[in-house]
Amino acid sequence: MNNEWPLWEIFIRGQHGLSHRHVGSLHAPDAEMAIKNARDVYTRRNEGVSIWAVEANNITASSPSDKGPLYEPSESKVYRHPTFFDIPDEVGAM
Amino acid sequence: MYAQMVQSEATKDDPEKLAAFQARIDRDEKIEPKDWMPEGYRKTLIRQIGQHAHSEIVGQLPEGNWITRAPTLERKAILLAKVQDEAGHGLYLYCATETLGVSRDELTEMLLDGRMKYSSIFNYPTLNWADIGAVGWLVDGAAIINQVPLQRTSFGPYSRAMIRVCKEESFHARQGFDAIRKMAEGTPEQKKMAQNAVDRLWFPALMMFGPSDKDSTHSAQSMAWKIKMNTNDELRQKFVDQTVPQIEFLGLDLPDDGIKWNEERGHYDYSDPDWSEFFDVIKGNGPCNVDRLAARNKAWKDGAWVRDGLLAHARKKAAAKVAAE
Repeated sequence: MNNEWPLWEIFIRGQHGLSHRHVGSLHAPDAEMAIKNARDVYTRRNEGVSIWAVEANNITASSPSDKGPLYEPSESKVYRHPTFFDIPDEVGAM
Repeated sequence: MYAQMVQSEATKDDPEKLAAFQARIDRDEKIEPKDWMPEGYRKTLIRQIGQHAHSEIVGQLPEGNWITRAPTLERKAILLAKVQDEAGHGLYLYCATETLGVSRDELTEMLLDGRMKYSSIFNYPTLNWADIGAVGWLVDGAAIINQVPLQRTSFGPYSRAMIRVCKEESFHARQGFDAIRKMAEGTPEQKKMAQNAVDRLWFPALMMFGPSDKDSTHSAQSMAWKIKMNTNDELRQKFVDQTVPQIEFLGLDLPDDGIKWNEERGHYDYSDPDWSEFFDVIKGNGPCNVDRLAARNKAWKDGAWVRDGLLAHARKKAAAKVAAE
């Protein structure tokens, strides 16, 4: 049996009010140890106020080859951006 | 440089795919782990980032050696924090290497049985407290010069690891300079120790950047792929230019009679290190090669029961949880 500790992806909330952000990964035997290790590896200089650890196996990622079908359709939909619309100056802030 | 003489792999991929890949790199796009990449790019990066990671880990040994003997509690706390950072740097880099399809255990085993290298600098001993200052100031100083451009390297995980490392690295160089400055400004005896440390570590520090460009055969492909951003001699010159005025500030003698300001070039001239010594150290014959590998092997072996025990406990807990559901 492979006796390597599983890989965990670590997400840290840098400050109150911000979302958790991926900072890197590490190996740990279980979730509890993953949090402890993340604290030592990724928050030695006050980088965070909260940690998420997710076992890498449980992450589903889009594939680079799906880039076209996934993201190209939005390129032609300029009307989704507010700048598409011409609002007369007299109307004021909107 | 923390990765020296990384042999770059020839690549036998479809020329059309190769051209498209090179175009991405030329546009400064980052390559991510799941993207297509030439086999040679992958293999060269595993070697380079892996060697870099090993250097961080083995680099803890010469400094860890002095934690219990630091002259004050403050210096001890600082050194402890620095050595802990090195472990962290090793971990960031191992994780970056693993995204290329090699496991952590494989990497560790390749270090332990000598298939993979670490930087030649860590095969030199730290004989006294002044050496700890000199290592932080010169060795981490040289590492910074190497690592700053690598923040722009083409492989995303490597680039991100380098950004984290660089943020922490200037603390290392500054604490080293501060420690050696204290000695250079201390008693005549302390000053002598500082001088002796600089004299001994100067040439090994120059060797960190790898062989001279004329003997460096693997650079062209790595530079085209942007996994090496500058030549060895460019980086070495930068280090000399930056460090010579610092040695003068400390009131220490220059460790090399060949160091002279060259008005025409706008750089300091300096003597080459003894390259035969460098190649000998790389081959395993440096003053501490055997000790370093023995220490790593012992740590790996002695830690086996902890790794296995924690994993067995985690599996047991997971199984109990499934049974309860």
